[in-house]
Order: sequence, then C-alpha cells, then structure tokens
Amino acid sequence: MAKKNGKANGHAFVGQRFKRKEDPRLIQGISHYADDLRLPGLLHCVFVRSPHAHAKISSIGTDAAKAAPGVVAVFTGNDVKDIGCVPCAGSLPGLKIPNHYVLARDRVRYVGEPVAVIAAETLYQARDAADLVEVDYEPLPAIVDMEKALAKGSPYVHDEFKTNLAFTHVMNTGDVAAAFKKADVVVNQRLVNQRLAPVSMEPRGVVAQYLPGEKALTVWSSTQIPHLLKTQMAVMLGVPETSVRVITPEVGGGFGSKLNVYGEEGVVPWLAIRLGRPVKWSETRRENIAATIHGRDQINDVELALKKDGTLLGMRCHVLADLGAYHQLLTPIIATLTGLMAPGCYKLPAFEFVVKGVFTNKMSTDAYRGAGRPEATYLIERMADIAARELKMDPVAFRRKNFPSPKEFPFATAAGLQYDSGNYQGTLAKATQIAGYDKLRARQKAGWKQGKYYGIGVSTYVEICALGPSSAMPAGGWESGTVRIEPTGKVTALTGASPHGQGQETSFAQLIADMLGITPADVNVVHGDTAAVPYGIGTFGSRATAVGGTALYVATEKLQDKMKKIAAHLLGARPDAIVIGGGRLTVKGSKKSLSFGEVVGAAYSAKSLPEGVEPGLEATHFFEPRNFTFPFGAHIVCVEVDRDTGAISLDRYVAVDDCGNVINPLLVEGQIHGGIVQGIAQALYEEVIYNEDGQLSTGTLMDYALPKAAGLPEFELERTCTPTPVNPMGVKGVGEAGTIGCTPAVVNAVCDALAPLGIRHIDMPLKPEKVWRAMQGGSQIGATAVLAAAEKKAGKASSRRRA
Amino acid sequence: MKSIAITVNGSARSVEVEPRTLLVHFLRDQLGLTGTHIGCETSLCGACTVLLDGRAVKSCTVLAVQADGRSVTTIEGLAKGSELHAIQEAFWEEHGLQCGYCTPGMILCAHEVLAQSPTPSDEQIREGICGNLCRCTGYQHIVNAVRSASRKMAKPRRTAATAGVR
Repeated sequence: MAKKNGKANGHAFVGQRFKRKEDPRLIQGISHYADDLRLPGLLHCVFVRSPHAHAKISSIGTDAAKAAPGVVAVFTGNDVKDIGCVPCAGSLPGLKIPNHYVLARDRVRYVGEPVAVIAAETLYQARDAADLVEVDYEPLPAIVDMEKALAKGSPYVHDEFKTNLAFTHVMNTGDVAAAFKKADVVVNQRLVNQRLAPVSMEPRGVVAQYLPGEKALTVWSSTQIPHLLKTQMAVMLGVPETSVRVITPEVGGGFGSKLNVYGEEGVVPWLAIRLGRPVKWSETRRENIAATIHGRDQINDVELALKKDGTLLGMRCHVLADLGAYHQLLTPIIATLTGLMAPGCYKLPAFEFVVKGVFTNKMSTDAYRGAGRPEATYLIERMADIAARELKMDPVAFRRKNFPSPKEFPFATAAGLQYDSGNYQGTLAKATQIAGYDKLRARQKAGWKQGKYYGIGVSTYVEICALGPSSAMPAGGWESGTVRIEPTGKVTALTGASPHGQGQETSFAQLIADMLGITPADVNVVHGDTAAVPYGIGTFGSRATAVGGTALYVATEKLQDKMKKIAAHLLGARPDAIVIGGGRLTVKGSKKSLSFGEVVGAAYSAKSLPEGVEPGLEATHFFEPRNFTFPFGAHIVCVEVDRDTGAISLDRYVAVDDCGNVINPLLVEGQIHGGIVQGIAQALYEEVIYNEDGQLSTGTLMDYALPKAAGLPEFELERTCTPTPVNPMGVKGVGEAGTIGCTPAVVNAVCDALAPLGIRHIDMPLKPEKVWRAMQGGSQIGATAVLAAAEKKAGKASSRRRA
Repeated sequence: MKSIAITVNGSARSVEVEPRTLLVHFLRDQLGLTGTHIGCETSLCGACTVLLDGRAVKSCTVLAVQADGRSVTTIEGLAKGSELHAIQEAFWEEHGLQCGYCTPGMILCAHEVLAQSPTPSDEQIREGICGNLCRCTGYQHIVNAVRSASRKMAKPRRTAATAGVR
C-alpha cells in the first residue's frame, strides 16, 4: 500500500487474513445463482443441439414439439433472423470472421451447436418437447485435425473462405537467422497443449424479463462482464442500450468461460420480449462441456539457439491454434497472448513467433484461466528443461543464467513488453531453499539405485496481468470505481469489476475501511448490476484488484481530500493538517477532532461547507493503467512415477509467488491453491477429446477427468513481495498465477523422473497409460539403451522391463 | 401424480409430485430450497448433496418418491436458527469456499465424513470428499475446514447444536 495511508492508519485491515463477507450467505445456501431465481409466469427453455460435427440441415420439423403439453413456442434459426450474430472483439489484420448465428440456419459446424429452442411451462415439459423436434441432417466430412485442415484438399469449415486458415500473426525481434547460425547448440521440440474445458461448477444460466410498458429488459446472466454484455446484447437485439439492465446474480465460477457473449444470451431475452413472459435457461453439464468455450489447443514447434554455457541466443516458435468452428468474443487473440509471453523470464536477443489460427468442427476456444499465457509458460519452461538437459546443466542453473537481474527492471522483452518489476532470482532461491533442492537431487539419485523414478520439476514463470492499458485491449482496459459515504456513515462501494468467487466484496472493504478509518463491516461492495454501477469492464485477466481496486482506491482518496477540507473548515485548521483514522478526523498534533459521522453529517447537511466544496460524499474514478503488471514466481514439484503402472504420485509442491503487495493473504492463498490444481489438472488429467468424426468423446464428467481432493499433496506456499509501480497500491494480481506456473513444473518433474529411461518429452495429459507406454520404449530417444545403462549402473537386470 | 410425505429440515410436508421428479428438483422447484445446487445431474459432482435420513446422498439421482416417509436435511436446515453449524463456521474461517456453488454439497458431504469418523486424518478427509468436486479452492482449504470442524465438534458445546441435524 502507499505509505501515506498505510502509516496513517496503521493498516488495521489491509494485509490481514480477514474472513470473507460473502460467506455467510453462501455457507447457508441462501444466496441466489441464476438458476435459483423465481419470477411469476416464468417459462423454461431448452435448446436442441446438433449431434453432428458438420452437416447440412435439410429440414426441421417442429409440429410435434409445438403440440406437446406445456409448450408455448418452438423457434429455429430462420425464426430468429432479427437477432444479430454472436460478437467477436478480436481484430487482427486479415482475420476471417464467419457469421456466427445464435441458432444454426442451414449448416451445423460442431457437436452441440444450437439449432432450435423450446419454451415451455416447466423444465420437464421443455425437455420432453426437445426430443420431438425432428431435424434432418446431411452429414458432411468433419474437419477435426488442425494440421490436416491446412493441407491441400481438406474440406472447409466455412466454404466462403476457401481455406481453414483464419489468420496468420507474426512477431519478430532481433536477427533470428544469425542467432541460430552462431549457436553452439540448437534444441527443438514439438509440444502439444491439449484442449481443455473450463467446467465452472455452476454452468451458465440466463433469465430474462421484459416489461413492455416501461420498455425495460432485465437480464440476469452468469457472466464475468455484465456491462460489456449489456452493450453487446443491445446490439444483438437491436434495442436501445438504455432499456437493457444486466444483473449478475451469484456467479459460481467462470475461469474465463463466462468472459464471453453467447448465442443463448441473445435468444433468451429475445424469447422474453417475443413471448411477453420471463424466460429462464439453465445450462446442463453436458451442454457446458460441449457448448461453452474451451481453452488451450495449440501445437507449438519450438526451437532454441544456445551457447554452450547455456546462454539463450534465440527462439523460433511456430504455433497452430485450433479455434474451433466460430469466433467467440476473444477466440482469435488468445494465441497472440502466447506470443507476448513466450520469452518468459529470460533475456532473449532474437525471437520469432508465428501463429496460425485454424477453423475446425469443434467448439470455439477462448479465454480459459491464463488465456494464452499458460501456453507460453509451458512452451518456454519445457524448452528450458530440455535445453538444460541437452547442455548437461542443472535446470535451476540454466534459468539463473538467463534471468535479467533485479536491477534491469523495467525490463524490455523480446516480445516488445516492458516488465514492470521483478526479482526472479529471489523467488527461485526461496523455492529451492524451501524445497531443499540439493537434498532432493541426492534423494533422486539414491532412488534411481533402487529403481525408483523420482523427479524434480522446476518452473519459473512471469505472467501478464492487470489487463490492461486500453491501447492494448479490445474493449478498453480501464475500470470504474465509485465510493459513496451514505448519510449514516455506512459506505457503498460500486465496482465495475464483477468478481465471481475471488472475494473482492471483502478485500475491497478492507482497503476502503483502512483509508477511511472505519471497519470493513461498514463497507458494502456492490458489483454486477448495470443499473447501479457505473460502466465497467469486468473480472478477468487477474485485473479486478489491480485495476478495479485501484479505481476504488483513487475514488476513496478523493473522498479523503474532501472530508479533510470539511473537517479543516469546521476545526479551523489547514486540510493538510487533518489525519483520518480510528473513526475520527484529527488535527495533527492537537486534541481537536471530529468524529467520522460528524464530518459525514456536515457534508450532507451542507450548512457549513468550505467555499467551492459540493454537498454529499461520493466520488468516482475511472482508472486507466499505463502498463500491465507482471507477477512472477517459482514452482517446484516432486513426483514419483510407478515403474509398473506409469501412475504419477505428487510428493511435494512448493510455490513461491510474487504478486506485489497483498490485501488479504488468505484470499491470495486460495487463488494460488485453486490455480495450482487447475494446472495439475492439465498436466495429468484433463483433455477434451473429439474423435475423428468430430464427436465429443469427453462430454460428461465421467469422461472429462476433473481433479478430486485425493491424490493432491499439501501445498507449501511462500511469497516474496516486489510491488508494481504501475498502480499506487503496488498490487499485481494473482488469479491465474497458480495455473500458469504449475503445469510445466509438473511435466518437467515427470520427464525428469523418467530421464534415466531416455525419455525427453511426453505430451499432456500424462495419463498412466501414456507414461507407461513411453516407459516401455515408446519414446524417441534410445530409451532401451539408456535404461539398460542406468539399470546396469544400479546393479539391476534390465530384462524386467524389456521382455 | 403421486402423494408423498417428507420431512424436510424438520417440517413435515405432504405433496403431490410427478413420479419422475428428481429429489433435487422437488426441493428446489416445489419447496423453493435453492441452496441445493445442480452441477451435473449425473451424480458425479456432488453439488446436490443432501442428507436423507441423516446420510449424504446426491439428490440428482434420487427420485422424490424414494424419499417418501423419510427425512431430508438440506443446507438451509443445517444452522440452528442464527447459530451456524460447526462445519459452516469452519468453512467460513478456513476460507473453504470461493464461488460457493459446490459449498452446500461439500458441507453436507463433510457432515457425512465426520459422522463416519469424527477425528479423520487428512487422507480420510480427502478420500471422504472425493465424490464432491470443487473447481475453485484446490481443496486444501476445504480439508483444513473439515479438520477444524472436527475439532470444534469434539467440544461438548457444539455437540448439542449438531445433534439436531439427524
């Protein structure tokens, strides 16, 4: 925190492990998510979705469905032509943007694409009627493999483009060809970053009500971006934005999947207007896995140029990004974020990054926790380990060799960013010390002698957060904050950020309470209602605290100044002599003071205000950050791989993260824990699989493997603190750090464990079967010979595994 | 339609239901007890966990008619008036929740874990809550919360409050 407030108020609440204000309603089950809303006359709607990856729609028969009990209406794509397309905010030179209708018209392009909607009196009736809709499809060849999609002769996802290539984006720094020419060593690897499903525990949900007299459309949606949704909804529906109000009720997690505008968010309000009754749609889990955005799905071909001593000279990175069939809000820009962060925490003189975005017959990919940055960290951190092994260097030493020193910040990167502040040596040193790195290496060697495959994986990450300066953002990167001290002295804080589980109702209250010398119980943080809160951007990209919190911080500063002026006027002192704290405004060095309530009363009664001071106590600030922030950290993971089954057990997990100053350490820990487990999930368990016909093989939680509580180690967390100069609070953001730092550390650990077998790389997820196969000699680099040597050295017969 | 008699959170209810009505839909739509959440409708995520005759069940795969003549406790019935149950308190204190969607089910699952073994090891806690998914917390604070609840419930003061749940 900035010193002037911190010292004055003694940080009563900021920095404390303060338990959350949100929780009483959540632990008693008395909060309201979208599906919990009940309105008089409410209709329930259900979507009929394509079972085909790619097909022509010959006809749709709706008569039987319309005649079914309780059914009020059935609509297909041709009935809803007045609803505009699903928006895409990404803009890249030459980007191909197909029409993305809210209901398919003549062709479906992924399993789960909506083709019709039923509105009925009850949910069960709507579901019954959905089974009666008869759609005649003429199946077409499905485009599933993104490499084949670019080959000559491939059918097209969108015939009008005569290609499946949506865009090519190139970044270039330094003389890459020269770097590779003068390199002592070149290493390369193809890395597959698999497709994932975000799976927030609450699926999506939309409820809409239209009052024709007032021309008032109210939409409750489980979204991360209520204001942007309001604007886009008005455009899609062709209604004035002034008649649209979006409310986010309780939102049960998002992880990027609700940072979007979906076709259902056009159809449900349209139904409410058309039918004159409120309408609800609650997504099923099956729909959630098929038709809510996916994440990742890149193939990275990476090449490093190195000196013998480990110095990085250059990197080439060629990326294919599977976009799916259509663009959702940010689909095309996710892989460009990978390019921005691909240099990681390293000095890199020459850098080439080429990404091709490819259409396939799958659900769109878009922002999933980390959004492009986990891909970047994965590729550079895997390559760091592969390079270190090639050079016979310790992976920790290799990283240290290539870090910029703390004195080099702000640090200009090969991708054209300016890292705000950092001390990468610091986090890595702390992590190795906590883990007992040298002892772990000794343990590993001893284990090899006993035929145990113990691995130590290191990942040092830097991420781009607090999104961001508006110049670099599709829809503005600022955030709004309004603080209103009510006449009773209670404080209402309105934030344009729209948290959904992160806990800002608490952390923002801590912040404001400290600044005004009151308690968090007196501060009510309001978010997610476009009628109550000034226009804002939302919660994503680890931005809510660093950007939204700063907006509230500056707004509160404005109120501090105003209250000081009023108190000074009443006490006959100078405003700069007034100190706020402990519920009072006091003249420094004297006993003259007024209570907080007395000054608030004076502001509202307005009988004795200093000249030029307006009545009331309300201030708004729109904070525009001048740069991103760049949190960083070092994660160390220890694993053991079972010789006989390939199963991986996680022995230890040490994470040292630096997100700058911290308002509530308890909440920060929660973010890191959750992030780490999502990172482990990608490394070990999760994968959205479409088969060669484009059928979704992992469409339920039976097939899509979310991590459970068992099998996870107790995480050992520590922090270092390198504040950012980008905002006055010095906070960086922490929502995605765990996910970004974790995944490569886990994969590095497994590949480290299997090094004696000559295994260099296995693509995620590291399922036991895949690992076992690699251990049986499926790997590319002379596994048998190396194993034989290792086991001979360990005094064991090598025949056991090679029979 | 079928008539059933169920005691929900201590009050006896006689209602008509369609025989195919799932217990979770009955609780949410007919009784308005929306604290029980729906996360998958396939009994894989545990968001809909309630206590049926004191034992944890996933109410998305129980028919309302199967609860005829039995007693159901939902998250709304766990606190004793304004006094939170020890498990609720522990989830609050240990930051055992973020978005809160899995929380009612997770708390009732924790209730089952502690009923089975009042002083569980961390491993028993982790195994015990394995049928309930949380996407936010990474489980560590949930494990801490269940451990802390176990300690709270061992104290005599809390036993009276928790006895009412069954």
